[in-house]
Amino acid sequence: MSMIELASISKTFRQKGEPVEAVRNLSLSIGEGEIVAVIGPSGCGKSTLLNMISGLYRPTTGRVEYRGERVTAVNTSVGYMTQKDNLLPWRNVRDNVSLPLEIQGVPKAQRERAAEELIRRVGLDGFEEKLPSELSGGMRKRVGLARMLLARPETLLLDEPFGALDAQLKLAMHQLLLSIKEEYGQTVLFVTHDLVEAITLSTKVVICSRRPGTIRYSRDVDLPFPRDVLNVRFTEQFGEIYNDIWEQLRQEYKEDRL
Amino acid sequence: MSAAERTGDVTSVLPEPAQDERSEFGDSAMLGFQFLLAVVVLFMWQGASGRLVDDFFVSNPIDVFRRLYTWTANGSIFQHIAATIYETIAGFMIGASMGVLLGIWLGMSRFYSRLLNPFLWALNALPKVALAPLFVLWFGLGLESKIALAAILTLFIVFINTYQGIKDVDEDLLDTVRLMKATRGQLLRKVILPSSVAWIFTGFKVALPNALIGAVIGEMIASSYGLGYLVQLSGAQFDTAGVFAVLFVIGILAVILNQLIEMAHSRLDHWRVLNR
Ligand SMILES: Nc1ncnc2c1ncn2[C@@H]1O[C@H](COP(=O)(O)OP(=O)(O)OP(=O)(O)O)[C@@H](O)[C@H]1O
Ligand SMILES: [Mg+2]
Repeated sequence: MSMIELASISKTFRQKGEPVEAVRNLSLSIGEGEIVAVIGPSGCGKSTLLNMISGLYRPTTGRVEYRGERVTAVNTSVGYMTQKDNLLPWRNVRDNVSLPLEIQGVPKAQRERAAEELIRRVGLDGFEEKLPSELSGGMRKRVGLARMLLARPETLLLDEPFGALDAQLKLAMHQLLLSIKEEYGQTVLFVTHDLVEAITLSTKVVICSRRPGTIRYSRDVDLPFPRDVLNVRFTEQFGEIYNDIWEQLRQEYKEDRL
Repeated sequence: MSAAERTGDVTSVLPEPAQDERSEFGDSAMLGFQFLLAVVVLFMWQGASGRLVDDFFVSNPIDVFRRLYTWTANGSIFQHIAATIYETIAGFMIGASMGVLLGIWLGMSRFYSRLLNPFLWALNALPKVALAPLFVLWFGLGLESKIALAAILTLFIVFINTYQGIKDVDEDLLDTVRLMKATRGQLLRKVILPSSVAWIFTGFKVALPNALIGAVIGEMIASSYGLGYLVQLSGAQFDTAGVFAVLFVIGILAVILNQLIEMAHSRLDHWRVLNR
């Protein structure tokens, strides 16, 4: 069964009375347990797409379905790591990460233990007491990641989750995402501008056209799991997929220049 | 920028004294200068009165302090101070809690805030002290009418600050927490209130001196006790020294009340850093 079903959705915003068409007639089906990477030029409506899947925005036309049911309100089955970090500025790292469990009513000692475990896994041990304003951009992103993972949602939406990280940390976070996914079998949809990252992590790569965004190309990535996030990129199969998608992207961005 | 500066509403806050780290003088030195300034002004007042200006209109510091001494020595001033403090605090508490509740309610309900918006602005524009005669009719000559006046002045200031604070909450934060299955109550407690605390406290700070003004004016209009009554009485008897003496006491009260609310605020900030 498909987990997320987008049936010819469009989204038009009004900006100072002017209509801005962000997404046009986009259809996409994501099966349970798939990992889908979305790539596309800036402003093509990728974040808007995630906002519609999470139920924060309604599509102007078309349907968004989740597990066969139309999404009409906030979709609390998904964990959403937004492009902006959206941490509570008055809470320290530990209390930000444990927030989802706090809301579920998990006792303090238990949720703090769980939070600290994840804080360690995203490499932020020692920073538990720090406020978001005392952290770097990449650290805040990891706090957001830990917070989302802690709630154990069945579907993960990630908007440019690893953009602000250095190469080493990026690899560590890729490994973390894949191992969590292996443990809990979530469905994942993530946005990235990094083609290597997209192929390394995903079972499917989707290329979004420039605005109004629609799907220009999509391709399955049938690299076997478990993947070695560092070395998979040097395999022949990876190279073949990379070249194929790159050719498509090149055309998309070339049109963009003209 | 502080919350009240952004609102630009009702009553503007006095600018905070600059906490300049490069300042050449420490706190105790500054206190010394302040004392010195007060002494100089008092000397000039004493010198001018009876020579440059008629003593009848401006009295003089020695008479004023003599009056203060008499009232303190025979204890007659204390019942008036107590009455005014009681009315101010009671009015402030009632007005502040109603203001916070009203601000939260309207801040969270789009329908009612749109519905009531023009009425609230109209009410806010009224000079609230003009309600004093009405309150005397409704609540009588006792404490209640003064408490009501202090409360109504407090209510609007606290309401507007709370409302703005709630409107100022980052929508994206709310969405993020909504996605975690938070109930409305949880949104209020975990996002909306912590994020508007600074605004609400600014409201309290502006409102407290206004509560004092409300109580004093209430006493001036119809009363037989309180500092407002004492001002009124002294004025009616052409006793300028008495008027200045009461004003001095009211000034001291205002400084103490302000100090108390500053302390409460820093306690709260401390608590917030520790707990949240
Ligand atoms: N809430 C909104 N109100 C009005 N217009 C919006 C809103 N959100 C997005 N848009 C517009 O929709 C278009 C797509 O925006 P979106 O944020 O989805 O792009 P994106 O693909 O995520 O870009 P980036 O890669 O830079 O993050 C943009 O033109 C943007 O101005
Ligand atoms: Mg985006």
